[in-house]
Amino acid sequence: MTKKQKKVLYRIIAAAVLMAALAFAPVEGYAKFVLYLIPYLIIGYDILRKAALGILHGEVFDENFLMAVATVGAMLLGVYNEANGMEGEFAEGVAVMLFYQIGELFQAVAVGKSRRNISALMDIRPDYANIEDADGNVEQVDPDDVEPGTVILVQPGEKIPIDGVVTEGNSTLNTSALTGESVPREVGVGEEVISGCVNISGLLRIRTTREFGESTVSKILDLVENSSMKKARTENFITRFARYYTPAVCYSALALAIIPSVVNLLTGSPAGWSTWVIRALTFLVISCPCALVISIPLSFFGGIGGASACGILVKGSNYLEALAQTKYVVFDKTGTLTKGVFQVTEVYASPEFAHTVQSICQQEGISSERLCNIEEKAGTRLDKATASDRSTEGKTGRGQREETDSREQTAREALLELAAYAESYSNHPISRSLKEAYGQEIDKAKVSGVEEIGGHGVTALVNQQHVAAGNFRLMDSLGIACEKNVGAGTVIHIAVDGNYAGYILISDVVKEQSAEAIAALKAAGVKKTVMLTGDSRKAAEHVAEQLHVDAFRSELLPVDKVNAVEELLAQKGSREKLAFVGDGINDAPVLSRADIGVAMGALGSDAAIEAADIVLMDDNPMKLALAMRISRKCLRIVYENIVFALTVKAICLVLGAFGIANMWIAIFADVGVMVLAVLNAVRCLKVRA
Amino acid sequence: MKKTYKIEVDCANCALKMEEAAKKVEGVQEATVSFMTQKMKVEFADSADEKAVMQNVRKACKKVEDDCEIFLD
Repeated sequence: MTKKQKKVLYRIIAAAVLMAALAFAPVEGYAKFVLYLIPYLIIGYDILRKAALGILHGEVFDENFLMAVATVGAMLLGVYNEANGMEGEFAEGVAVMLFYQIGELFQAVAVGKSRRNISALMDIRPDYANIEDADGNVEQVDPDDVEPGTVILVQPGEKIPIDGVVTEGNSTLNTSALTGESVPREVGVGEEVISGCVNISGLLRIRTTREFGESTVSKILDLVENSSMKKARTENFITRFARYYTPAVCYSALALAIIPSVVNLLTGSPAGWSTWVIRALTFLVISCPCALVISIPLSFFGGIGGASACGILVKGSNYLEALAQTKYVVFDKTGTLTKGVFQVTEVYASPEFAHTVQSICQQEGISSERLCNIEEKAGTRLDKATASDRSTEGKTGRGQREETDSREQTAREALLELAAYAESYSNHPISRSLKEAYGQEIDKAKVSGVEEIGGHGVTALVNQQHVAAGNFRLMDSLGIACEKNVGAGTVIHIAVDGNYAGYILISDVVKEQSAEAIAALKAAGVKKTVMLTGDSRKAAEHVAEQLHVDAFRSELLPVDKVNAVEELLAQKGSREKLAFVGDGINDAPVLSRADIGVAMGALGSDAAIEAADIVLMDDNPMKLALAMRISRKCLRIVYENIVFALTVKAICLVLGAFGIANMWIAIFADVGVMVLAVLNAVRCLKVRA
Repeated sequence: MKKTYKIEVDCANCALKMEEAAKKVEGVQEATVSFMTQKMKVEFADSADEKAVMQNVRKACKKVEDDCEIFLD
């Protein structure tokens, strides 16, 4: 509790004690009024002052005004009753003020607490940076004072305060504060590290590349803190609502106080002023709109806070709201649904080649020793290749699979080896992925006569064998027959000494979670998922089938992607939203064109953080489904609160107008509803991962 | 030019009033008040003297909500 809140608490206690004492005090008449005035002023002086100031400044009809009028009215009514010889009731006026203050205090504490909770979730702000001077003394300084290019020291257990490059040391980093996932990341010399990660194992020296204010951690904190500045439609609705609502209830209360009495007078019955004034005051107390005004921003703030703890940064409540209404999700393929890296996904050795390899092995030929020892390595290294091969094994005869398995593996390994050697002089991404799949040191002495044929491939002499590796055009030009339609991705056919030996398929790999994510989005109410890609139709089709996306568009240039999104935007209904999910690279125009731009895998990518409305810190597509669940939960709570508060208030207003609800029910309708709404709103913070 | 200021305000409605008041001050192009983060973000007009404008913003806010505070530094 802050000092201010404590002061209010003391005032509440003092007023409550005084009131309890007064209830038993044997005083009557005006003395009672004067005595009740003491707790009333203790608890309510600031409200009265604010109300008076408000009227002076032309700001009538706020909560303070409502409370001041209601309680002053109640007190004066007591005096009026006394004056007419009846017993005056003063406790109610004081009680209303007391409960109003309790409610306000509760609200302030609850809001403060959830604010602190959220900051604790986002407790990634580093407090200091270690700088080493010439004598090796380590000094802690404010990270704000560290110039780019300074070498800082990060010990195990400490947070990296500023983005930089490792100059010395190896360690494991915990990125969970940024991504919500506790997958450790290995770093070594020369690698870039991002502020906000926690150094787990070894001492690191880091040369900073940015100022603290420009570092990832500061940017993320800024973003989260500013997120509540962008208000959701629901929030704006409540603001507008309050603007008309408060004057409306004030005038209704006035009418309720005057009209029935006047009508009574005109019809000749007793006016009953006090009855109707009390009803009007009750009406005023009930009507206070604070339950809505406070709980709705709190819900959104809680939702945003809960999301950021999972590594999902939402840039404003409006986006959180829009996400719940998202019916169309458009994905970029590369880097979003797929890993965006090229890997050998299939190796196929022709039966003839497999046979040749085996006979070489048996004769203990040139590289037989290696080739025959390959089996155990093959198991680990070609895991992926064999896995995808199972489906294509029909080509070599399913019946003999068991016997031929090892022979084929040997052949595949040999084929990969030949291809890697032939391509060893090239730096093309494809040859790099071949070398990576081969995974062993390449002895360049074994390769000679390398000839690169642009747009075709390469021919080389490997171990006295003529190896040709390239696309079908190369095979055509060499007069070697090959199968042209083998799979989605880049195909490298290989021929050895003029005989077709097989092919290697290189393609982008689909992320493990992609299919699950698409299914989860569908379950969350998304009508249509669309995949856009610049890739070939064949590759797109392959991925689309695997992931069960509803539609795909292939061979698109970046401009075409914008057009494709425009088309979808034109098709959808006005209350349906479209989200575009990209990796933040090259798709900034699309990100900003869609209703909600979601950038994925933004760790360290400023462009993505800038361009997108929602940023997923790691590149797991499941996070999008999680974000949607959070936003739906948040919106549900917001609507619950609106409906609950308005219903209770409406019922109590009617009851109050007919004199059934007294001041105590009125206090519940105001403070009680607010407390319940705040408690409900705090639920937004809790996220089931 | 945009700047963020720390503020102290007790109720959500008061924060809204501050926002309305700040927007009306000359030299302020756009102002947003976040009750949750207790921050005020002000976008100044091009020619505005930010210090002088903020003094006026503070005054205007004090007028609508007497116990709010804007920390100018």
